[in-house]
Amino acid sequence: MFTYYLRLAMISLKRNRILTALMVAAIALGIGMSMTSMTVLHMMGSNPMSYKDEQVRRVQLDNWDVNEPWDEDYPTEPPDLMTYQDANNLVNAHKAEHEAAFFPNVLPLEPEKREIKPYMVEALFTTAGFFPIFEPPFRYGSGWSPAQDRSAARVAVIDAETNDKLFGGENSVGRKVRLGGEDFTVVGVLEKWRPTPRVYHVSNGAFNDPQSVFVPFSFGIEKKMNSNSNNSCYKDSEPGYDGLLASDCIWIDMWVQVKDEADAQRYLSFLNDYVGEQKKSGRFPRPVNNRVYTVSEFLQAQRVVGRDVRTQVWLAFAFFAVCLINTVGLLLAKFMGKAPEIGLRRAVGASKPAVFAQYLTESGLVGIAGGLLGLVLTGLGLLALRKLYAGTSIERLAELDWVMVGLSLLIALIASLIAGLYPTWRACQVQPATQLKTQ
Amino acid sequence: MLKMTHLSKVYRTHMIETHALRSFDIHVREGEFVAVTGPSGSGKTTFLNIAGLLEDFSDGDYLLDGVSVKGLDDNARSRLRNEKIGFIFQGFNLIPDLNLFDNVDVPLRYRRMGSAERKERIEHALGRVGLSSRMKHYPSELSGGQQQRVAIARALAGSPRLLLADEPTGNLDSLMARGVMELLEEIHAQGTTIVMVTHDPELAARAQRNVHIIDGQVTDLDDAPRLGGEVHAAAHSATVAAG
Repeated sequence: MFTYYLRLAMISLKRNRILTALMVAAIALGIGMSMTSMTVLHMMGSNPMSYKDEQVRRVQLDNWDVNEPWDEDYPTEPPDLMTYQDANNLVNAHKAEHEAAFFPNVLPLEPEKREIKPYMVEALFTTAGFFPIFEPPFRYGSGWSPAQDRSAARVAVIDAETNDKLFGGENSVGRKVRLGGEDFTVVGVLEKWRPTPRVYHVSNGAFNDPQSVFVPFSFGIEKKMNSNSNNSCYKDSEPGYDGLLASDCIWIDMWVQVKDEADAQRYLSFLNDYVGEQKKSGRFPRPVNNRVYTVSEFLQAQRVVGRDVRTQVWLAFAFFAVCLINTVGLLLAKFMGKAPEIGLRRAVGASKPAVFAQYLTESGLVGIAGGLLGLVLTGLGLLALRKLYAGTSIERLAELDWVMVGLSLLIALIASLIAGLYPTWRACQVQPATQLKTQ
Repeated sequence: MLKMTHLSKVYRTHMIETHALRSFDIHVREGEFVAVTGPSGSGKTTFLNIAGLLEDFSDGDYLLDGVSVKGLDDNARSRLRNEKIGFIFQGFNLIPDLNLFDNVDVPLRYRRMGSAERKERIEHALGRVGLSSRMKHYPSELSGGQQQRVAIARALAGSPRLLLADEPTGNLDSLMARGVMELLEEIHAQGTTIVMVTHDPELAARAQRNVHIIDGQVTDLDDAPRLGGEVHAAAHSATVAAG
């Protein structure tokens, strides 16, 4: 019977094209608005490391002022960054499968080709563990070894764009790139890699591109560099770079890779013991409050998806609800206009469930049509967002993926079925005797 | 085939109670052609609606083909309508968006027949009413008489035991009305029970038996079956006794 109902729905929708167009447009507008903002929310809320969420852990130690929590609004949260001495100690202790301690800054890059002027590149100064933990895809070569880490070797991993610019996209492993006035050997070239959000470093722009160049953490320390992102201190430190390294100022991101949840708990015990030891030397004045957050827990704790974005999505869905109410009215008018036909069908043997199924199929068809047009409007909405926010992180978030395409159609279908419930129920209440008499 | 005993139908509003049928008794035997007459508002259509299970009754009993319909739920009533009853209305009640084939198909769809059987029945029914060459036409492309023939084909396609006709020629000129009436007589001759509501004494006279309704009651009834298709000068005979 479904194909029969589908055929009847097609005939019915074609008969009153203006009414059909209005209903489809109402649903399409609602879908377009809500899915545009949903797409941005979806991209913001996604977790590119979800496939190893349990293994990748953000390490956070509560080394802050005894009298004031790190975050007044969320007083139980420890600071998200770490001091140099703690990061260094934890990396050297090597109690996890891999450790990644890093900070971002910029380096001057002097290309071999004379025609390309020197320019500043975003660089990440990181330990070797970054590559096995976050698994950026390599086009050529690989990361460097822990031994090269320890010796502050002049080795670099560059991104695809930099490789295209400097080496015309060729395999540049083994070739030299001049960074910060020194020659570095390229050991790896990345494929295009844009984790969204940029989970490994969310402060100062969770949706920014990854750095273009990756060099050893120890090189940055040797060159007395610090982070160009966040540096926070709750008390004065000794002057100079050595003072910064010995201070309780926090500026380093720290991640580890563990085997599983049990291993994560073992690592947390190790951290608690470590803090206990440090307390003996007068550090860590606050109660022990360490974390080994999974990536998803970390993104949530960092509130990567802002409240304003959620509000925007709610507003868009409220607009969708208004569109649906209009659709209910239009469907009601349409179905009540078919009362004589409903009366006839009931008279010749259609039960109420049969009438219900027929008109709900018509509502569903309106929903599918609205969903498809809504997808086009969503595409246009996202295009407008990309144009409006060209060059910003929003531009990257405004991309429709297959999940959102499927979700749009599903929401449109369910919404139209819900919108069709009352008009369809009313259609079922048509008294055949009255309709046949009034014909 | 159709037996109503002490049947009543009361329409109630907040202020008014209207007795459309009161202590209504009638018995239509299998294969009969009964004409129901009466002035406007006498309860003819209410009787036909109740007979066709389109309306419920307030009291009494109604046996359709030996089955009491009292207390049947909507699904059971729909199934009975679909399997046992064919309707012919004054206004034809064809669906304008569907062609003749699809219009005749409507009751068959709710019987969940296979497409081959439905096709055969539709072609046969349209053939019986002389419209097999116009299956792909739409109702608006036909004359009134032809539209009523399609409605008859739709009623016949499901092979009903009982055909209920409400003023079947009311919207037709005399020539077309005659054609439709001849068709009904032919259908009756093939064994279908027909109950026809009409204002037209001439048409009523062509039925086997006449039932006259006034104020919701059978007041005048010719209980002796006549020969099918025989034309009688008098619309009603004189006697009584319902059932």
